[in-house]
Amino acid sequence: MSLQQTVPGTEDLKDSTGTEVPARQRLRAGGFWRFIRKNPSGVLGMILVGTVVICAVFAPWIAPYNPTEASLGERLADPIFADETGESRYLLGGDPLGRDLLSRIIYGARISLQVGIFGVLIAAVLGTILGLIAGYVGKWFDDFIMRAADVQLAFPFILFAIIIMSVLGGGIWVIVVLLGITYWVGFARIVRGQVVALKQLEYVEAAKASGSTGLRIVLRHIFPNVFSSVLVLATLFTAEFILLEASLTFLGLGVDPTIPSWGGMLSDSRNYIDSAWWTAVFPGVAIMLTVLGFNLLGDWLRDRLDPNIKA
Amino acid sequence: MAKFILRRLFHAVIVVFVISLLIFFSIRLTGDPVAVMFAAGEPSQQAIDNLTAELGLDQPIWVQYGIFLRDLITFDLGTSFRTGQSVSSMVAATIGPTTLLAAAGMAVAILIAFPVGIVSAVKRGTVLDFGGRMFSLIGISFPNFWLGIMLILIFAVMLGWFPASGYGTPQHFVLPAITLGLILSGILSRLVRSSMLEVLNQQYIATAHSKGLRSWVVIFRHGLRNALIPTVTFMGVQFGGLLAGTVIIEQVFSWPGLGRMIIDAINARDYPVVQGGVIVLALITVAVNLLVDLSYSILNPRIKAGGSDS
Repeated sequence: MSLQQTVPGTEDLKDSTGTEVPARQRLRAGGFWRFIRKNPSGVLGMILVGTVVICAVFAPWIAPYNPTEASLGERLADPIFADETGESRYLLGGDPLGRDLLSRIIYGARISLQVGIFGVLIAAVLGTILGLIAGYVGKWFDDFIMRAADVQLAFPFILFAIIIMSVLGGGIWVIVVLLGITYWVGFARIVRGQVVALKQLEYVEAAKASGSTGLRIVLRHIFPNVFSSVLVLATLFTAEFILLEASLTFLGLGVDPTIPSWGGMLSDSRNYIDSAWWTAVFPGVAIMLTVLGFNLLGDWLRDRLDPNIKA
Repeated sequence: MAKFILRRLFHAVIVVFVISLLIFFSIRLTGDPVAVMFAAGEPSQQAIDNLTAELGLDQPIWVQYGIFLRDLITFDLGTSFRTGQSVSSMVAATIGPTTLLAAAGMAVAILIAFPVGIVSAVKRGTVLDFGGRMFSLIGISFPNFWLGIMLILIFAVMLGWFPASGYGTPQHFVLPAITLGLILSGILSRLVRSSMLEVLNQQYIATAHSKGLRSWVVIFRHGLRNALIPTVTFMGVQFGGLLAGTVIIEQVFSWPGLGRMIIDAINARDYPVVQGGVIVLALITVAVNLLVDLSYSILNPRIKAGGSDS
């Protein structure tokens, strides 16, 4: 549960003479490969997420073409590798308006990451604060949190989102806020559960006995101990949010269709499945690998930081 | 025990009540159904007023909500603005296909997830375990609608084995059920694995082994049986999520279910159908959770009735 747990491969070891070799020094000398060997799923997660982050940040420099420039002559152009005429210039083919699929996928990373990260930020901050209060103070506030969790479980998010979006219109920030204010419950439940367990521990009792205020106990003694769970959950929820945004945009409700987004690209492809399979395949692969990356990372973090929570 | 059941029932009522408030007021923000119905022509003010009154929309909103609640208690979900049909009969017609789809998906998930999860746990740390864990991770990382599209692409468009969409024959079930089942088996196999691991570490398992019982007897009779409790609980809690998952899959496969009916109704501003559909979904979810909670506390007396909610 503590943040200071060591990652396998980085723990201090004794060398043959019995003197301790500091972890940092070993990491420099070949520990890098050892780390990879010991943590294959974590490393794969980092690579996948890292790639998406690089695509999102450096999209204008990486993308080979302008992602929004239509070229009617190249509508549904074949991908280069499947092209027999040799005329296609698009590596992954063209979309129904003749735009480069690869460039649109690279730019699409921006939408997915923004929704994932900002949505989780709102949900995590809200959920952690309310979970801390619910767990520490208890009483009616605790009941309120638990009923809110029940409501959230019983009301399919997709339907709620469709209704709200037909009021407010789509747009990335609407999705972000909607995800944040719906899924804080997930964080609140986990944090609450841990706080209930933590506040009975001796060191919290000791802090109380020595006259610490409630706020100080929560911030100094409890919050640091739930932080690792929040971090793990945040990673896993990022994956979930990316999926949800893609679903909503696929249904035609999420992100503005003129902005390149993975869900929107799949929605565009619906009528061309039999003639242009690449329009339906590659954006989905992008979503899948990104989500897989965050899930791998979250799983790995959980094993490292906090084997106790089950999300 | 009676107190515990009563408390849980009370909670269930609160949840349904809150959802009724949420859905009633949020759907009324989406726009005037009369305007949608007259979208084609240029109606007179008189016609607009008449229709508004006919639909009961001229009354104060709290009165409308009161009527909705009053009817709800007698299981009357009102009549559709668009078709004039009773919402109950529309729900009755669509809930069958949705339930069948959910059940078929769950069956596929169980068939896949139990073998994968059990093998993963028993062969912990081996290549088989790694494969099993990767399978479940990939399962939870797949966008369900995209998996549907890929299955349509391969098995309907390219191979022509199954119909791409629609409802009616057993063949129509194959692709939607596999889509739902594969996604679900990702989550479920993780859970089977972790519950099995927990059980296999218990001392009575070692005892059973040392008695010389065959290992499959130990795994199934002593292990799996005990690992089932948390798994079943989880499946109950996930039921709401399962229904939500069918909403999108119904969209992809043009499946005439409850989710599609609600989405169509939202777009048409058909308030009673949206309200009725969402309330029925919520009732089902709440009822399943309640049953799971109760059976759990009966099956496992270690859980103190009236204890912590977490």
